[in-house]
Amino acid sequence: MTSELSISQEKEAAVVHEHDEAGNSMFGFIVFLLSESVIFLSFFSGYVIYKTTTADWLPAGVAGLETREPFINTIVLVSSSFVIYIAERFLHRDNLWGFRAFWIATMAMGSYFLYGQAVEWSGLSFGVTSGLFGGTFYLLTGFHGLHVFTGILLQTIMLIRSFLPGNYEKGSFGVEATSLFWHFVDVIWIILFILIYVWQ
Amino acid sequence: MTNIPIESIGVVAQPRPGAPDNWRRFFSFSTDHKVIGIQYIVTSFIFFLIGGLFAMIMRGELITPDADLIDRTIYNALFTMHGSVMLFLWTFPVLVGLGNYLVPLMIGARDMAFPRLNAAAFWMVPVVGILMLSSFLVPGGPSQSGWWAYPPVSLQNPTGNLINGQVLWLLAVAISGVSSIMGAVNFVTTIAKMRAPGMTLFRMPVFVWTVLAAQLIQLYGLPALTAGAVMLLFDITLGTSFFNPDKGGNPVLYQHFFWFYSHPAVYVMVLPVFGIFSEIFPVYARKPLFGYRVVSVSAIVITIVSGVVWVHHMYASGTPGWMRMLFMFTTMCVAVPTGVKVFAWVATIWGGKLRLDTPMLFALGGLINFVFSGITGVMLASVPVDIHVNNTYFVVGHFHYVIYGAIVFGIYAAIYHWFPKMTGRMYYEGLGKLHFWLTFIGTQLNFLPMHPAGLMGMPRRVASYDPEFAFWNVLASLGGFLLGMSTLPFILNMVSSWIQGKPAPANPWRAIGLEWLVSSPPPVENFEEIPVVIAEPYGYGKNEPLIETKHSEELAEPA
Repeated sequence: MTSELSISQEKEAAVVHEHDEAGNSMFGFIVFLLSESVIFLSFFSGYVIYKTTTADWLPAGVAGLETREPFINTIVLVSSSFVIYIAERFLHRDNLWGFRAFWIATMAMGSYFLYGQAVEWSGLSFGVTSGLFGGTFYLLTGFHGLHVFTGILLQTIMLIRSFLPGNYEKGSFGVEATSLFWHFVDVIWIILFILIYVWQ
Repeated sequence: MTNIPIESIGVVAQPRPGAPDNWRRFFSFSTDHKVIGIQYIVTSFIFFLIGGLFAMIMRGELITPDADLIDRTIYNALFTMHGSVMLFLWTFPVLVGLGNYLVPLMIGARDMAFPRLNAAAFWMVPVVGILMLSSFLVPGGPSQSGWWAYPPVSLQNPTGNLINGQVLWLLAVAISGVSSIMGAVNFVTTIAKMRAPGMTLFRMPVFVWTVLAAQLIQLYGLPALTAGAVMLLFDITLGTSFFNPDKGGNPVLYQHFFWFYSHPAVYVMVLPVFGIFSEIFPVYARKPLFGYRVVSVSAIVITIVSGVVWVHHMYASGTPGWMRMLFMFTTMCVAVPTGVKVFAWVATIWGGKLRLDTPMLFALGGLINFVFSGITGVMLASVPVDIHVNNTYFVVGHFHYVIYGAIVFGIYAAIYHWFPKMTGRMYYEGLGKLHFWLTFIGTQLNFLPMHPAGLMGMPRRVASYDPEFAFWNVLASLGGFLLGMSTLPFILNMVSSWIQGKPAPANPWRAIGLEWLVSSPPPVENFEEIPVVIAEPYGYGKNEPLIETKHSEELAEPA
């Protein structure tokens, strides 16, 4: 009798343990994102200090930044946050193809954003060594772009894994974390857009 | 009779890669937190010896006023490497190692929350070490800009190579930062989510509280240093102008980024040592820790206050007057939660039945050194004093009393205290006491003379100096060599005890704590059954059980 009891207890413990593991991963990931946001916060405060204290902020021959194309880019990236949310909802309702369709749409929107960024960079008349303006511009947009790229990479992995049988038996932590990361990248971009493009 | 599970017999009969008697696991990618803890401690101790060797070469140079032993550029490289190795490769990792070993045991968990992440974070430490020390082999030698790497000094690149000492230093620090963030995420998740049933926040040992407080600092502080390091790296490699005053950059901004992390980094190192003191004093005084809850909360208060004190490193960096006043105030505020802790420890020892074993001696010595360094710390927080002794040996004396006098003493105390638990062997008490006295005398002889030398005006970071400072420097050098020798009885003790020491019982110190309820060394996955905690820690002399026992339940049933 005691052995039966201990077996059932063990099973229960194993279930609790597993449940905890998924919860731990999400908790740990949120802690990591909070820490990561401090890097951006540091760059942003550096940018504000430079912009408010530098005498010749814009390099010679540069009038300012074009805002029309980046604004369209912003709308695409921010909208993709809603698209990835719909994808997640589809997954929770076990509609795998709906999930994949909206997931791919998110990836396409993210890729469009990166493409738009690359076009903008190649058309600019200043470089990374063009004073503090050039340095901070490329540092901020480049570091954010690296995060967008990482996000698309994670999304690709999650897309491939969605075809593996039994992938979601232990929950969908990977998809949820990727989605959270995408929202994070979005929020950072909104702050960045206001600081660099709106506040000129 | 007693209910022995059949599975556990099977485990004992078949030696597994993680079994406690298999030494090869220390050289493998083990995910057992106890193995990783010991890996951290032993690896970082090797770097401690290397950093100590650098220090002794510098003390050899400084025993005479002239720069006669080594070249000045080598001297610069040595003080840079001494500081960097001691901080990034000894103090941080050894404390992470102690935390790794002890936290899961103390909170009643089977392992850390992310065991593989834990192992990956550890294996970055040797990479950091090799990368940093390999800068001795590149043309131009290691970085000469100190462990703080202030621009514009750190922007100089006389050899013109892309791979130079400064770039290698920055890469090493960056990898060390990634490793620390991985560790911090792991510790915070473990402490938040993996505590045993009944282990509420105010039943956690103070060591766990202080590790939590320290790792929270890593999470909010380290990213700021990373940001500054990335910008500095771009200045050196790409030619950007962030910190380069020649191109309109702002070198003082780097100092803000650097100290925003690197001052709280001192608390990352000293907080776990506060935890160690709080664990050790009750055991060897046989009294509960005085003001347990206040001591615990004061650790978190230090975490918060330490985030708003960094400008006190920059009183002489053209900092405006209002900012100096503000940061003088916040810096002095740090003395409040630290003072609370010191009073609590003294009150714990007061009237106790003291047992002066080696861990207690090191803890007491560390407390004395810490009080002294705290007094000079409050002096340095004051702007008028700091401006006067800025960049002198007074500052060097102060922080060596903190880092060696308090932190290294605390680490030694912890290693002796938990050595029987980690290895299953007792150490030799005589060698331990010899080690303590050599270290204690060496510390006073090495670092106390730095204070008068600094007050007389001897500058830091110099290979030669005015002969009027010679007397104090000879004393300090003798103390430095004594400290170097003091590690010999320690190494002898640790190695020989681990091989052939007396087998240790589960609880040789009659200490109260979850880690002392399991065998020495603890089995794989720590607890056969996760304990249910029913009392606060440190119940010395209270005669109350720490955990709920099956046995007592069975006894209670018939009644």
